[in-house]
Amino acid sequence: MSARLEALVRAHWWRAVASVTRAVGGDLGLAEDAVQEACAAALAQWPASGTPANPAGWLITVARHKAIDRQRREARRNEKEVAAMTEPPGAPGQAARDPDDELALIFMCCHPALDPATRIALTLRCVCGLPTAEIAATFLVPEATMAKRLARGKAKIRDAGIRFHAPTDGELRDRLPAVLRVIYLVFTQGHTASAGDALVRGELCDTAIGLAREMDGLLGGEPEASGLLALLLLTDARRAGRTDAAGNIVLLEDQDRTCWDRGLIADGEAILERALRAGRPGPYQLHAAIAACHSTAPAAAATDWRQIALLYTELIRYEPTPVVEANRAVAVAMAEGPAAGLVILDAISSHPQLQRWPQLHIARGSLLARLHRVHDAMAAYQMALQLELPAAEQAFIIKRIRQLQEAH
Amino acid sequence: MRYLFLLNRTVDALPEPGTAQAAEMFAAYMEVTEAMAKAGVLVDSAPLTPTAAATTVRVRGGQTLITDSPAAEIKEYLGGYTIAECADLDEALRWAARIPAASDASVEVRPIVAARPPT
Repeated sequence: MSARLEALVRAHWWRAVASVTRAVGGDLGLAEDAVQEACAAALAQWPASGTPANPAGWLITVARHKAIDRQRREARRNEKEVAAMTEPPGAPGQAARDPDDELALIFMCCHPALDPATRIALTLRCVCGLPTAEIAATFLVPEATMAKRLARGKAKIRDAGIRFHAPTDGELRDRLPAVLRVIYLVFTQGHTASAGDALVRGELCDTAIGLAREMDGLLGGEPEASGLLALLLLTDARRAGRTDAAGNIVLLEDQDRTCWDRGLIADGEAILERALRAGRPGPYQLHAAIAACHSTAPAAAATDWRQIALLYTELIRYEPTPVVEANRAVAVAMAEGPAAGLVILDAISSHPQLQRWPQLHIARGSLLARLHRVHDAMAAYQMALQLELPAAEQAFIIKRIRQLQEAH
Repeated sequence: MRYLFLLNRTVDALPEPGTAQAAEMFAAYMEVTEAMAKAGVLVDSAPLTPTAAATTVRVRGGQTLITDSPAAEIKEYLGGYTIAECADLDEALRWAARIPAASDASVEVRPIVAARPPT
């Protein structure tokens, strides 16, 4: 089957599921099954009959008929009221795009009453149209486990009364962070696999960027949605530099900056500037500003670490976590010297959450090495090795320990 | 005095509507429910959805924290109940967050099964 057709169908998935969910009164599971069937029909028919002029309209019309048919059959079987289900207006191929329905769908999938892992799975399935097997592979769980997670999520939406509706202003303010968080986690899952060898899963990064771009458009440039999009673009611009030909991780300071994507960086910077002009700062805008400091520095030595340390100080107001504090410590170390950074790191390193965070030990190892405390540095790197790490990062730490042993 | 009887069950799932098992369960409950109604002691009685449809609400520092499923990790005692008729889960959660128990401990929002299984 042609990849082009599959991509075309996938591109209309969000809109199709949203429109059909609306048509069947909020039954997400029914709508998604119907869109799945319509897409299968499209992939079977279009190669022979030609792609229709309005593929989205075709998919929505076909899926809507299938969904309403099934709803009627089930209503008859259950001897319930059928009268309420009437054909919604809209001639074939003329289904108008409704941003409210698309927002309703992603806010439904990211509802805070759902388990966080379920929110991500539902978003990838119902909004992005990723096959269950692909989502399972991404999260390193068996397909049956992922299928069960998706089914449980849809059952909870139905049984608990999570309604399909465009968010009100108040809901938008309260719940947008949860939606943006899901998109961010999809990106990080693609950017750094939590385990295994695939360090960069480009397609998942592209999916997250696509989601962020759609959200930014649907919300008309809501600053935090724009901030997230800018963050993802500015980070993804460095994708080609993050690993070497053998798949080993390359530190930001050692990356070949000529292979960074200048177009994406310019795009991200412009979006961030537009967001900041609204004068409503937030964590994603701050993260994006930090990413911009890195991505726009002509050389590692030219990085504005003082600015980055200030941005992390601001970020702590929104994310008062030891992880953000640890990142601030690294920036301070770069701006004022390793001793200043180590003071901050040591102050927070007893935090139990941080003890299990390999980046803390890697950062301590690096600062200690710069202070020529070789034995302490090696001990810190050894601590990181005891924790679960992607293979590429493990190889990197082993290399660092060997370098320290040789220099000693 | 008005009492809430907490009806525990050994299996989380409800029997599939339309099955013999559902009919049997329904008949067994109807027998005592009708007897209580006849005696004038019944206010309301209904099954709850399985715990998978539960949502727990806590209010901490003015922030409403919403989590999936019952609160299992903290030792809390059932101290009361409210039955409310809401348009959807969002409305139910807004009300639940205003109940003092949400700030002191937590409120578990459990949908009551709307339609009784056919006999």
